[in-house]
Amino acid sequence: MHKSSAWIHGWLLLLPAAALLALFTHWPIAATIWDSFHATPKGGRPAPWVGLENYQVMVADEVFWKSLVNNLWYGLGTIPLSIALAIVMALWVNSAMRGRTWLRMAFFTPTVLPMIAVANIWLFFFTPQYGLLEQVTGLFGIAGRNWLGDPSTALACVTVVAVWKEAGFFMIFYLAALQSIPPSLAEAAALEGASRAYYFRRVVFPLLMPTTLFVLVNAVINAFRLVDHIVVMTKGGPNNATSLLLFHVYQVGFSFWDTGYAAALTVVLLVILGSVALAQFFFLDKRVHYQ
Amino acid sequence: MRRIETVAAWILGFLWILPLLYAFWTAFHPPEFSTRLALAAPLTLDNFRRAWDAAPFARYFLNSFMLVTLVLAAQLVLCTLAAYAFARFEFPGKNVAFVLVLVQLMIMPDVLIVENYRTLGRLGILDSIPAIGLPYMASAFGIFLLRQTFKTIPRELDEAARVEGAGALEVLWKVYVPLARPTYLAFGLVSVSYHWNNFLWPLIVTSSVTSRPVTVGLQVFSSGDQGIDWSVITAATLMTSAPLLVAFLLFQRQFVQSFMRAGIR
Repeated sequence: MHKSSAWIHGWLLLLPAAALLALFTHWPIAATIWDSFHATPKGGRPAPWVGLENYQVMVADEVFWKSLVNNLWYGLGTIPLSIALAIVMALWVNSAMRGRTWLRMAFFTPTVLPMIAVANIWLFFFTPQYGLLEQVTGLFGIAGRNWLGDPSTALACVTVVAVWKEAGFFMIFYLAALQSIPPSLAEAAALEGASRAYYFRRVVFPLLMPTTLFVLVNAVINAFRLVDHIVVMTKGGPNNATSLLLFHVYQVGFSFWDTGYAAALTVVLLVILGSVALAQFFFLDKRVHYQ
Repeated sequence: MRRIETVAAWILGFLWILPLLYAFWTAFHPPEFSTRLALAAPLTLDNFRRAWDAAPFARYFLNSFMLVTLVLAAQLVLCTLAAYAFARFEFPGKNVAFVLVLVQLMIMPDVLIVENYRTLGRLGILDSIPAIGLPYMASAFGIFLLRQTFKTIPRELDEAARVEGAGALEVLWKVYVPLARPTYLAFGLVSVSYHWNNFLWPLIVTSSVTSRPVTVGLQVFSSGDQGIDWSVITAATLMTSAPLLVAFLLFQRQFVQSFMRAGIR
C-alpha cells in the first residue's frame, strides 16, 4: 500500500468517530470555558462578556464551597473504602473458600443494578420507622433517627450507598490481577516459611499496583461523575449537606437555568478531572510498575 | 484463622445482598408485610401489577431497549473503524488524534451536561432517543479496547488477505472483526449495562413519555403522586433492574469475564 493512500484510509476510518468526539467532547470543553466568561443568554440576544464575574459569584457562593467540601469528603470516604473492600473481596473470592461462587455473586450484583434503583432500595432501607436499619437498631434499643434527614449523617449515608455499588465492580479487576499471579510465587513463599500476611504485603500487594492505579483513577472519576443517587435520595439536602459538585452544576444549570454560572462551575470539575489525568500521566504511571 | 475468615466473608456477603433481599421481600408481599418479616406472609405479584398499571412502563422499556440498541450499534461501527485506523495505519497526526480520543476517558459526556444540552437544542433534537445516545456514540473506551485487541492480531493474516486482493474494509471485516469477538462481547455487555442504567443525562434531555428510558420513568413514577407506597415503588424498582439482573444471574461467568477483559489495559 502506498504511503499517501494509507494516510487517506487512516483519516477516513477515523473521521466519523472524530467528528462526534469533536462535537460532544472537545467542543463542549472549549465552550464551557468560553461561556464561563459570559452571562447567561437571555431571549435571543447573545450573552455579553462579563469577564470573571461568574467566578466572583462562585467565590461568594456558599453552596459551591459546601459542595466542594462535601465532594472531597465523599471522595475520601468512597475511594479508600471501596478499594480496600474490593481487595479483600477479591482475595476471598480467589481463595479456595467454601461458597465463593455465591460470594462473588453477592459482591458483584450491585454493579449491574441502575444507580437509581440502588438509591430507591437504600432510601427505603434508611427510611425512619419503616426502614430495615431502624428496625435493626430498634432491636438494640437505639432510638430511631432520620438518617437521611439529619445533616450530620446524610453524607455518610450516600457514601455508603456509593461504596456498596462500586466495591464489587472494582473487585472484578483485582480478581483478574490475582489470577494472573503465578501460583509458584505462593508456593515459594510458603517454602520459605513466610506468613500469609507477609506474602500479601511483600508479593501480592506490589503486584497489584497497576490494578490499584487503574481502579484509583476510576474511583476518583466516579466520585465526581456519579450523582444519580443524590437526585433520588436527598436532592442535595438537608441544608446542602449532600450536595456534590456535579449536582450543584445540575441544579444551577437545569433548575435555575443559569447556564453562564453553571459553565463556570463545570470548569472547576474539568480542572479537577484534568489534574487527575495529568497526575496519572506524569507521576503515577512511572511509579507503580513493579520493576 | 481460616475458619474465622470464611465466617467473616460470609457475613460480608450476606450484608452485601441484604438490601436487595429486603427489596425482594417488600416487592413480593402485600404492603402490610412490607416491614414485618413474618414467615407466614403470603406471596403476591399484586405490587408489580399495580406499578405496571400506574405508569407507561411498557413504553419506557421499549425506549430503553431502542436507546441501548442504537447506542451499541453506532458504537460498534464507529469504534471498530477508528480502532482499525489507530492499530494498522500510519498517518500524520495519529498520535495527537489518539491523545484527543483519550481525553474522553477522563472527561466523559456525563460532566459536560450544560454544553451538550445547548448543542442538542441547536440541532433541534432535544427530547428524543437519539439525543440521549449521541454524546456517547464515539466511545473512547471502545476505541481503546478494540485498538489493543487489533494490535495483537498478527500482521501476516492481514497481509495474506491483502495478497488475495482484499481491500482495507474487507480485511477488517474478514480478519479483524471475527478474531476480536470476545472483546466485542465484553464491550457490548459493559455498554449495554451503562446505558440501560444511565440516569442524569437522560433525565435532563427527555421530557415526555415517548423518549424517557426506564430509569427516568422510574424516577418520575416514584417521585410522583404515588404517596409513599413502598411496596409498589420497590416492585417498580426491581422491574427496571430485572433485565440486567436476570441476564447477570443466568450468564454470571460471561458477565464477570467480560468486565474483567474490559478492565485490563
